[in-house]
Amino acid sequence: MSKVQIMTGNQAAALGAMLSNVQVVAAYPITPQSQLAEIMSQYIEGGKLRAEYVRVESEHSALTVCISASTVGARVFTATSANGLLYMHEQLHWAAGARLPIVMCCVNRGVGAPWTIFNDQQDSLSQRDTGWIQIYCRNNQEIIDTVIQAYRIAEKVYVPVMVNFDGFVLSHTMMPVEIPDAGKVRTFLPPYRPHTILSPEDPRNINPVLFPWRRENTEGVLCDGYMEMRYKLQAALENAREQILETDAAFHESFGRKHGGMLWEYRTEDAEVILTGMGSIASEATAAADILREEGLKIGVVGIRVFRPFPKEDVRQAFKKAQVIVVFEKAISYGYEGGLCSDLKSAFYGTDIRAPIHGYVAGLGGRDVKARELAEAAKASMADMKAGQIEKNTTWLNCFTG
Amino acid sequence: MSKRDDNISAMCTPAIGEAGKTGDWRSLRPVIDHSKCIPSIKKKSACFLCWLYCPEGVVKAGIPVEIDLDYCKGCGICAEECPPRAISMVREEKGDE
Repeated sequence: MSKVQIMTGNQAAALGAMLSNVQVVAAYPITPQSQLAEIMSQYIEGGKLRAEYVRVESEHSALTVCISASTVGARVFTATSANGLLYMHEQLHWAAGARLPIVMCCVNRGVGAPWTIFNDQQDSLSQRDTGWIQIYCRNNQEIIDTVIQAYRIAEKVYVPVMVNFDGFVLSHTMMPVEIPDAGKVRTFLPPYRPHTILSPEDPRNINPVLFPWRRENTEGVLCDGYMEMRYKLQAALENAREQILETDAAFHESFGRKHGGMLWEYRTEDAEVILTGMGSIASEATAAADILREEGLKIGVVGIRVFRPFPKEDVRQAFKKAQVIVVFEKAISYGYEGGLCSDLKSAFYGTDIRAPIHGYVAGLGGRDVKARELAEAAKASMADMKAGQIEKNTTWLNCFTG
Repeated sequence: MSKRDDNISAMCTPAIGEAGKTGDWRSLRPVIDHSKCIPSIKKKSACFLCWLYCPEGVVKAGIPVEIDLDYCKGCGICAEECPPRAISMVREEKGDE
């Protein structure tokens, strides 16, 4: 039986975490935290969710509590944004290196200085190399479904998952959301089994200092060195693609919805120009594609859903027939270009995909991006490319750069 | 061929020598003067502050007290804590450093 409610992205994420039967929630409740942590505390205090809520004094501690609870076998949840996520940075590496299946929502916001509380994706993009799986949602339905999917993925591959959704654009915007059946979620999500059982009978020292080389322990077991451990993390992320696809397919079977696995496509069948991006800006690009289709242009959209592991095979397939590729991003790698733009270019290296790729940075610190503006940007890029301009500096959309 | 470690996160079990023979890190060696050491003089279990304070757990609280030099790193805490000053820290021979 379907149950549809009108709710914000934050409510959808919290409901997803509750349906996943999380056992420990740790969060720092003050700015830049969103309403999400507050809703979780209401669920627990009101007896709707049997879990431990740990209030901490910083985001660094919030993730540390999650790391500890996850180590001893609890399913954990936390959420943060912007500078709060940056403050967690050290523990993000630790959670991934310790191979703990933590699920965290990042409500995407710009980072200071100067202060902003508004939306862009510089916060999560800055955490690209921490070893977390990163998923970007395009609407509130995808948020609730992705939080549930994230636990299944994380607990299969033992890698933490960051579920990202745009601040305000999704977090504070109400949309109809179909709520998955709690019983079905329990079947979809088997209980979490930690990779290491800690007990007084079998004491372990977890994550001790590792030396550059492998070493035999006192029982004659050849133990990995630091580099082998790091390779295992990389291999786990590379292998996660299969699990992400399997999870999306299994979710479709149980709940009747799928979100594309690694990426989603919109009107790409005959598209000559493909617009791409992550999260709500990719969603907005679908409206731009509709506008341009009205004008008779063959435009489609590819939304990158999973940014890490990067969907190399999937983008090679999705962009195979593109003649022009336009990338819209709400973040930049300062001194170069948008990170997604770079990754797409490198994914196409050595293939027959030779389409020019133009990068646009848009919507930083909450600056509005309208579908009409994305459509105009796409047309400008098409004109430039027709005039033979293959390469172009990153364009700052709606920005007075004089 | 030694057995391979299948753990996906790094870990070790507490065991003597897990970190190798740490005694060779030592530059000062504790030497006990049993004519001053309380358990040796009284011939009964007493004092044992060296055993209590040793951060490496290499002091054996027996009669006489013994220090496992395979793993003693030579920090000197035992000598510092010893009430009758029965332990002195002696420089290891140059070649051993």
